[in-house]
Amino acid sequence: MQAIATIGSFFLGFFFQTGLLTLFIVRAVKALVTPPVYARLIGQQIMRIGYYSLPVVALTSFFTGGALAIQIYYGGNQFNSEAIVSSIVALGITRELGPVLGGLMVAGRVSAAIAAEIGTMRVTEQIDALTTLSTDPFKYLVAPRVIAATLCMPVLALVADIIGVMGGFVVGTQSFGFNAAIYVQQTVNFLQPDDVISGLIKAAVFGFIIAIMGCYHGYHSKGGAQGVGRATTNAVVASSILILAANYLMTSLLFSA
Amino acid sequence: MTGMITLADVTKAFGAKQVLKGVDLNIEKGQSVVVIGGSGSGKSVMLKSILGLLKPDSGTIHVDGTQTVGLSRRDRAQIDANIGMLFQNGALFDSLPVWRNVAFRGLQDNTLDMDAARDIAVTSLSQVGLGPELLDVFPAALSGGMQKRVGLARAIASKPDVIFFDEPTTGLDPIMTDVINHLIRDCVRELGATTLTITHDMTSVRAIADKTALLYQGRIIWQGATDELEQSDDPFLNQFINGLAHGPIDVEGQTVEATVTSGA
Repeated sequence: MQAIATIGSFFLGFFFQTGLLTLFIVRAVKALVTPPVYARLIGQQIMRIGYYSLPVVALTSFFTGGALAIQIYYGGNQFNSEAIVSSIVALGITRELGPVLGGLMVAGRVSAAIAAEIGTMRVTEQIDALTTLSTDPFKYLVAPRVIAATLCMPVLALVADIIGVMGGFVVGTQSFGFNAAIYVQQTVNFLQPDDVISGLIKAAVFGFIIAIMGCYHGYHSKGGAQGVGRATTNAVVASSILILAANYLMTSLLFSA
Repeated sequence: MTGMITLADVTKAFGAKQVLKGVDLNIEKGQSVVVIGGSGSGKSVMLKSILGLLKPDSGTIHVDGTQTVGLSRRDRAQIDANIGMLFQNGALFDSLPVWRNVAFRGLQDNTLDMDAARDIAVTSLSQVGLGPELLDVFPAALSGGMQKRVGLARAIASKPDVIFFDEPTTGLDPIMTDVINHLIRDCVRELGATTLTITHDMTSVRAIADKTALLYQGRIIWQGATDELEQSDDPFLNQFINGLAHGPIDVEGQTVEATVTSGA
């Protein structure tokens, strides 16, 4: 009997959270498309989410591009196919690793920060204060973050693509003796616009996920400092898992045709 | 005098826990009412229900003649435009300097430009005894008492007809408590506003209340003029205002049933 109650309780909790998240997303999207638009706040969030994430995304993609080049070189070596390094690095970075690793890094940095900030505002009654001052918290807090993250992530992914390919180029030319001009030529010849565009579309979706998860967990946090800590952890875990799941779904959709 | 805020049979439960069990309260225009009660008696839930932050399960709440339960967000915002609120810990926005906090409402609804907003902030701060040197300071750099004062300045900046105070003196030293009580009384008198304060600080009650109500186990069990507090023979009220550990209010479980009484 206890086991049935536990299972029932789990599913009730699951459906409650799913419903709560759905309502949150609906209200957030409505806030995105209705005035007022807080341009100053969107600008601030673009700086925080986009500009300040550049170093971590750039470093991650540079080292990932380098590591990818090493793996492909030694893997291809077994089939005398070392020449594919440049093209596979470009493909792997632009289609998958740039947006996904960039998304995961930004999720760790931004989703946590959003959840902590909004969570603190919740437990210190600042969100209640906003409401009593005739200001919709979804328009004032959620919409600027979602807009900024959705706009910034494709730009960050593009930066990750360029620096990731550069990482492969540095390793390829410095460690494996590839000719620099030929490496660049092969990369440019092999890469199609769709490879880059698909990654940018994914990145925009990841940006939306990151901001929504941060806002949702922060907005519903309770229980003081411990609650804010829990919200921060949940925001990072949820956004990371959702990024990987959404990446699989979008890859299936974009490349199955 | 007409009823500015009226609660009729307001109930609110969280899961199996019934917090408000039928609250009835009438606040006349221009009146300063204080609701007292122990921790967990439902004071904050009642206040949040009036503010529209919580939706009551049943009952009606009228603010200036408008039934506010179930109002759309847009209609509620119109009611809120005429309301000021001082939160327990100020609830100042960390990311904004003092002047933007104080003039927040005017900046958001575009009724104030930057210069006018700073002027309003200077005026409101002076009303609570603070100088213009604080305009560009962020809330984190202020003491608890100063945050309360800035919160009070924000509450009165738009000259609202109704002001709510949530435990305005909690956590303050006795001198700052007296300062805040005087500021509340002076500001309210100057504005002619209707006010509702929730507190368990009897010093505040005696300093700012025209009328007092005791909330116990989710019901108003005593209400009357503040002058009548000491004369009342209500055992629950006597125990509360005298701060006695023994009496009908069960400090551990709060299980004793009370009957509703009122002052003369």
